[in-house]
Amino acid sequence: MSTSTIHDIGYRHYDGRRSGRAYVLRSLYVHNLRAAFGLGRPARAKIMPFLLAGIMLLPAAGSVAAFAFSKQPDALFRYSSYANIMQVIVAIFLATQAPVLASREVRFHVIPLYFSRPVGHLDFVLAKGAALTTALFALMAVPVTVLYVGGLITKMPDSGEQLLKFLGALVGCVLYALVLAAIGMVVAAFTPRRGFGVAAVIAVYMISAAFVGAVQGIADAQTNFTLQGWIGLGTPFNLVDIVQVRLLGAQSSSPGIAPGIAGGAVALAVCAVIIAGSIAVLYRRFRKAGLS
Amino acid sequence: MPIIATQGLTMRFPRVTALDDLNVAVEPGVVGLVGANGAGKSTLIKILLGLLPPTSGTATVLGLDIAREGLRIRESVGFMPEYDCLPPDVSATEFVVHMARMCGLPPTAARERAADTLRHVGLYEERYRPIGGYSTGMRQRVKLAQALVHDPKLVFLDEPTNGLDPAGRDEMLDLIRRIGAEFGISVLVTSHLLGELERVCDHVVIIDGGKLLRSQAVEAYTAASGVLTVEVDEGRDALGRHLFDQGVSVHPEGRFLIVDIAGETTYDQVRDGVAGLGLRLIRMEQRRHHIEEVFQTGPPAPQAPAGTVQQGAPR
Repeated sequence: MSTSTIHDIGYRHYDGRRSGRAYVLRSLYVHNLRAAFGLGRPARAKIMPFLLAGIMLLPAAGSVAAFAFSKQPDALFRYSSYANIMQVIVAIFLATQAPVLASREVRFHVIPLYFSRPVGHLDFVLAKGAALTTALFALMAVPVTVLYVGGLITKMPDSGEQLLKFLGALVGCVLYALVLAAIGMVVAAFTPRRGFGVAAVIAVYMISAAFVGAVQGIADAQTNFTLQGWIGLGTPFNLVDIVQVRLLGAQSSSPGIAPGIAGGAVALAVCAVIIAGSIAVLYRRFRKAGLS
Repeated sequence: MPIIATQGLTMRFPRVTALDDLNVAVEPGVVGLVGANGAGKSTLIKILLGLLPPTSGTATVLGLDIAREGLRIRESVGFMPEYDCLPPDVSATEFVVHMARMCGLPPTAARERAADTLRHVGLYEERYRPIGGYSTGMRQRVKLAQALVHDPKLVFLDEPTNGLDPAGRDEMLDLIRRIGAEFGISVLVTSHLLGELERVCDHVVIIDGGKLLRSQAVEAYTAASGVLTVEVDEGRDALGRHLFDQGVSVHPEGRFLIVDIAGETTYDQVRDGVAGLGLRLIRMEQRRHHIEEVFQTGPPAPQAPAGTVQQGAPR
């Protein structure tokens, strides 16, 4: 078109389709998942999540390379241990991105705009929780998948056993993601300032890890391995590792693992309590923010 | 059918009574909701959105019951809060599209409607920049756009002119009038500035201390008051004395003389008086009531039923 003019055609009413609850829930989930990686936001919002995702991949890639050259099965990380070994990176990702999802919209009073629309309180919490869980799962599962695929390409022996271990590790990653998202969201939702939110999530991670580590060290010195195992329930990574070891047949990668199937069952129950409690707390938190 | 109707609506918080037995019915159009800060305006909007259950009483919005059909109400209304409610790190387009999708609009329709609505509220190229860099006027426009993007039947605008400069205020009021007249969307707009509402509203509801003070058409508030404002260049007091001697009820007010209209002859008396004294007459006009007077005369009948027209006190 060589010439064009803008016509003011006045206000047009919308009488097209209005989709229901499932669509709104899905849109909210996708929006939050994009937010977790800084998509649709300025470049500086993308730096941290992608940098951390990159760091998560490096040891996996290096491990595959090392195995390809040495052909030593030990050179490849155990799938189920990967999240635990990289727990500091996962915790930093949680600390920087949980406030983006949980407290940004509280801080800027956006929440009432959702609840003055056909968005349910529970749907809102579930969409946000699922988005952060998915982001964390991707962060941990992609390197584990790199390990597995790398192992297949470089002819790791016992491919059937490897597949089982890999699938078990993916289940573990789901559980890690759920528990971490539940804790991170709650802590962040009560610290509206982003900087404080980041610090609070890191603090919860560091304090629980330091306390549990100290107790485990003392118990180890006193050869009280029962206490050393049970106190592991007190920090999220050790907690999920107990489930992995006792119920998913993985090898331990934590200092203390609660004994027996009972230990695994208790750990799983603790995970369930954390997730359910988090949903309940967030439900009340966002409901209150929606009325402010 | 009234767009909003409340029956005995009461809202008590532990320490204050925000709404006290409120009975009001308003017809489609642009409706002003007036009250001092803390009069219960924002609480009323939250109740009407079905977000806050009232202590007692019932209400319907667009014929839907707030207690049972809150979700359907929220599908067909828009809400612009009085406070800042925009995330700083996304663009207006991105934000309004997201809010359209939250109302169930499919992706393509959401994008089209967002572009249309942002154009209607007067945001053009700047809509692609993050909201954090916007002026107050632009933020108010984005807030209005997100309330209109899903083509509601009714919008609640809570203090839309807050923080705007006079030019921005005029543009916002003009937009509100267009929403009612051109877009065909009913509007409930709150303000504590009565002059503004007088300009855009068809109907004004006044609440004070959670009670209904008055609910009537704007014309009823601004009816001729039966007094004449006379302004002369000089010699105001001479003219006043002259008219008083002729038995006209008159008193000075600022630069003006306020003359009670006793009949057609009052106009002639003023004209003859001005001519006789050789004064320059600048204006002579029938004074109209202002909504403000409702407050100046105090709340004479706090429980006046809806629709009662009270005569403003003569000055």
